[in-house]
Amino acid sequence: MNLQEFQAKRIFGQYGIPVPQGEVATTPAEAAAIAARMGGPVVVKAQVLVGGRGKAGGIKLAHTPAEAEEVTGRILGMSIKGLTVKKTLVDPAADIRKELYLGLVLDRGRRRVVMMASSEGGVDIEEVAARTPEKILTVAVDPFLGLREYQARDLALGLGLPKEQWGAFTRICQGLYECYLGCDASLAEINPLAVLGDGALKALDGKMVLDDSALFRHPDLAALRDEDDETPEERTARLNDLSYVKLDGEIGCMVNGAGLAMATMDIIKFYGGAPANFLDVGGGARADKVAAALRIILSDPNVKAVLFNIFGGITRGDEVARGILAALAEVPTRVPMVVRLVGTNAAEGRAILAQANMITAETLAEAAQKAVAAAKGA
Amino acid sequence: MSILVNRDTRLLVQGITGREGAFHTEQMISYGTRVVAGVTPGKGGSWGVGNTPIFDTVQEAVHATGANVSIIYVPARFAPDAILEAADAGIPLIVCITEGIPALDMLKVRAYLDTTGSRLIGPNCPGLITPGEAKVGIMPGYIHARGPVGVVSRSGTLTYEVVYALTLRGIGQSTAVGIGGDPINGTSFVDVLKMFEEDPETEQVVMIGEIGGTDEERAAEFIRTKMTKPVTAFIAGQTAPPGKRMGHAGAIISGGKGTAADKIAALQAANVQVARHPGEIAEIVAARL
Repeated sequence: MNLQEFQAKRIFGQYGIPVPQGEVATTPAEAAAIAARMGGPVVVKAQVLVGGRGKAGGIKLAHTPAEAEEVTGRILGMSIKGLTVKKTLVDPAADIRKELYLGLVLDRGRRRVVMMASSEGGVDIEEVAARTPEKILTVAVDPFLGLREYQARDLALGLGLPKEQWGAFTRICQGLYECYLGCDASLAEINPLAVLGDGALKALDGKMVLDDSALFRHPDLAALRDEDDETPEERTARLNDLSYVKLDGEIGCMVNGAGLAMATMDIIKFYGGAPANFLDVGGGARADKVAAALRIILSDPNVKAVLFNIFGGITRGDEVARGILAALAEVPTRVPMVVRLVGTNAAEGRAILAQANMITAETLAEAAQKAVAAAKGA
Repeated sequence: MSILVNRDTRLLVQGITGREGAFHTEQMISYGTRVVAGVTPGKGGSWGVGNTPIFDTVQEAVHATGANVSIIYVPARFAPDAILEAADAGIPLIVCITEGIPALDMLKVRAYLDTTGSRLIGPNCPGLITPGEAKVGIMPGYIHARGPVGVVSRSGTLTYEVVYALTLRGIGQSTAVGIGGDPINGTSFVDVLKMFEEDPETEQVVMIGEIGGTDEERAAEFIRTKMTKPVTAFIAGQTAPPGKRMGHAGAIISGGKGTAADKIAALQAANVQVARHPGEIAEIVAARL
């Protein structure tokens, strides 16, 4: 789960990291009132969960409340990479002398949480990593020892910070690490961490990604999920415990198991089609879950054919077949359907589906070719 | 021969009284796996599926039954504890089926396991099977047959797909191991490849990877420098968009890393034949026999 900038910075503040005292505005008038209260120039920032907001015109400086009102009016309702801006963050403008990067990620290969710092802040860190990897400093944190002071000092030294800033920098590093652990994050990033005119350090932008598997122990964080940030289909999928990712193609896929679902997408592409989605109905998928999945797939107007690929193990072919029939009874459709059932109770499943008007296939390759042909014929 | 599990496996089931645990214990027993004990705290002294004695602690179970492999079916919030309890009781091989364990918990569990003599398979995996000898997992037993191909995979049903295709062609498996789809796991591709390389029964290996992480790249390096047996690979997720988690917690392209294209290139550079789709795997393996 991704947090919005204003949420991430609010949490950073709770861990002692200096952040701007910004406020959220959902109307231009609100933004003007906030700017008037702050009394100086402000920055109005679109709150959407995508990168590149600045380039898209979603971040603007305003010198007066009237100007804040005007730019907020332009930013709200703007579409950035397909997401409509419904909220802005109004932060007091900062006197920036230098922009640093500070982040924590889980390094899978090293099996450690790794802190990264760079003197090239304020830009996309992936670009820095690709172009000038030597400008990214890293320290790996031992899970039992935590982030040690000397490790943060090493980073401060590497960044060329003067001695006077080491203490403040170290406290920010340790605060960010505590925040990462305390929230079960998989990414926590301050970009930029600004060096201000008076020498103080401040987290001007923040990003956090939380580990979905750990949300059960953070009900307060789980409650931060904003329904505006997910499509109705993604929401239905989440509530039905389905793994779903929308794609741009024309062949809807329903598969049990994540690896097989990816392989099914790949083979559709291999035979000249394009998958409309990734959808894993999970193990032991019961009829109601299958029906919910089919409704999600059919709600995509691009879908010209649906491919069911079910390898029965714990999931039983007859259960899936009943789910498909139940869903079709609810959502009548003319979209052609290709079904491939293998494994446990596959024969029973095929018998149940024989009465429905469906295209059947024995192998995955055959199923993919038939789905591609059906989508082209439609 | 085979790797990791065989006729001598004496299996302990942690979470034997749960719905999943009970169902799969029955399946494992009917396959012929020797299930010697179950553990559910608070239910010690009773009997579970297949008349299996239940203990309160792993330590007691090991002491009374000589269990040497444990399989874990407990919910995610209790699973880290179950793994650590098994390791502290000295069980050399621990298989964790549970999906959804927080990554930071696994980080500590794995770091602790590295200080013990225990190996963990998983979590979030289907387990492993040596056909005809022991099924320690949730895979359907009947799709397997005994033979010369070692299989190692990050996936569940995709592995069944590949194994079944091999079996239908009359090609059996020495052992099929699911290492799981989480970002931090107990056993890597390299660990299993090393075992297959040393196993006299295994003549060739099938490796099924997917997007996310760099475990496949490490495997490619190992294959290039240390392996003599032929490896056939498949990487799932060639059409997966970056930044989106594809079901498995570990299946995500992040920061431009972990793409299928990178993994395929690394494997091809190590002379691994990479199948373009799952159906091709059995064809390549058959041509090599």
